[in-house]
Amino acid sequence: MRAADSLAMPSAAEGQPSRPLLCPSVLELIGNTPLVEIQRVRDGVPATVQLFAKLEGFNPGGSVKDRPALRMVREGLESGQLHPGKTILDSTSGNTGIALAMIGAALGFPVKLVMPANVSRERRQVVQAFGAEIVLSDPLEGSDGAIRLCRTILAEAPERYFKPDQYFNEANPRAHFHTTGPEIWRQTEGRVTHFVSGIGTGGTIMGTGRYLKSRNPRVQVIAAEPDDAFHGIEGLKHMASSIVPGVYKEHELDAKIGVTTDDAYAMVYRLAREEGLVVGQSCGAAHCVALRIARTLSEGCVVVLFADFGSRYLSTNLWAGWTPP
Amino acid sequence: MSQVRIPTPLRKYTGGADAVEASGDTVGALLGDLEARYPGIRERICDESGQIRRFVNVFVNGEDIRFLANLDTPVRAGDELSIVPAIAGGC
Repeated sequence: MRAADSLAMPSAAEGQPSRPLLCPSVLELIGNTPLVEIQRVRDGVPATVQLFAKLEGFNPGGSVKDRPALRMVREGLESGQLHPGKTILDSTSGNTGIALAMIGAALGFPVKLVMPANVSRERRQVVQAFGAEIVLSDPLEGSDGAIRLCRTILAEAPERYFKPDQYFNEANPRAHFHTTGPEIWRQTEGRVTHFVSGIGTGGTIMGTGRYLKSRNPRVQVIAAEPDDAFHGIEGLKHMASSIVPGVYKEHELDAKIGVTTDDAYAMVYRLAREEGLVVGQSCGAAHCVALRIARTLSEGCVVVLFADFGSRYLSTNLWAGWTPP
Repeated sequence: MSQVRIPTPLRKYTGGADAVEASGDTVGALLGDLEARYPGIRERICDESGQIRRFVNVFVNGEDIRFLANLDTPVRAGDELSIVPAIAGGC
């Protein structure tokens, strides 16, 4: 049984910025996601160590990627690189595609996305629901194949497109420096000692980590990555075998820890059944690393970023064929 | 002989080739022959119990073997076998 006091009705947090109750656009709902304390999946973490997950699935596009997508589009508009008549083009098999499709729909820009042909059915459907066009790349070449095909499309008609280029656009980490980082600092009242996140483009961990270290240089920033190039952790990159994103600066990290696909999947199943959080594969990997770090501490406040919820992975191998234990 | 399409992360086993040849009457036998030609590759595709890893999809002529007969799925000369990561990469 949970502690009785945890069953009390929550009271409104005073003085905390929160989402507006009434706003002019879905874009105003991006950010200000909640932190939730991880109560059960702690595996030997001392009671003196707090463990929080930042639930980015609460963004309107369903993931952390709403933040950099919005920032890249807004900076594109401000610089004049994006203007009416242009199409937003990028290579993304994942949440950035959904975010760009949503933002494009909200702002009235057409969106074209290059993604490997083995992208999950529900991802393809949600992107198309927002009206975006999909170009499929060779599934055997993964996200790097989509990056290369996107570059070819852009080179053929550069005047037609605005390419946010999440892998090389500093607006990506900047989004997290200005939103995710300050939110975590505020939500933990400056007590955060460790920040853990998966790495795909590296934007989340770079921007959030920079902000937190600017407030307290002792904050440790730790990346979770697949332990191998051939893996099943959607959204994460094995950096040593990938096209390294320009925004990713490994020397700024305090540690980078590899996680097997099996361990990441097992953690997803546990988080669902023990915490009531059905999250994506990358969150399972990130939580494995958070536990590994938190177990070594005598006191501290560990924040792990859960990039999305799991409903958009139900047709993937993570859940397809899975049977309750 | 059948053609086997190799995903980028496993091409280090095939000398960089994106497609190679292997033989076998079933997918299991063909993966055995693939291992004999390119040592180390099978354990990346199959787990300790010999089953296809959860995050790997194997297709014979575009059909997912999980919906056929798994490792017992018959393979004929000229068929194309594709080894595809179950995920598209994300981001």
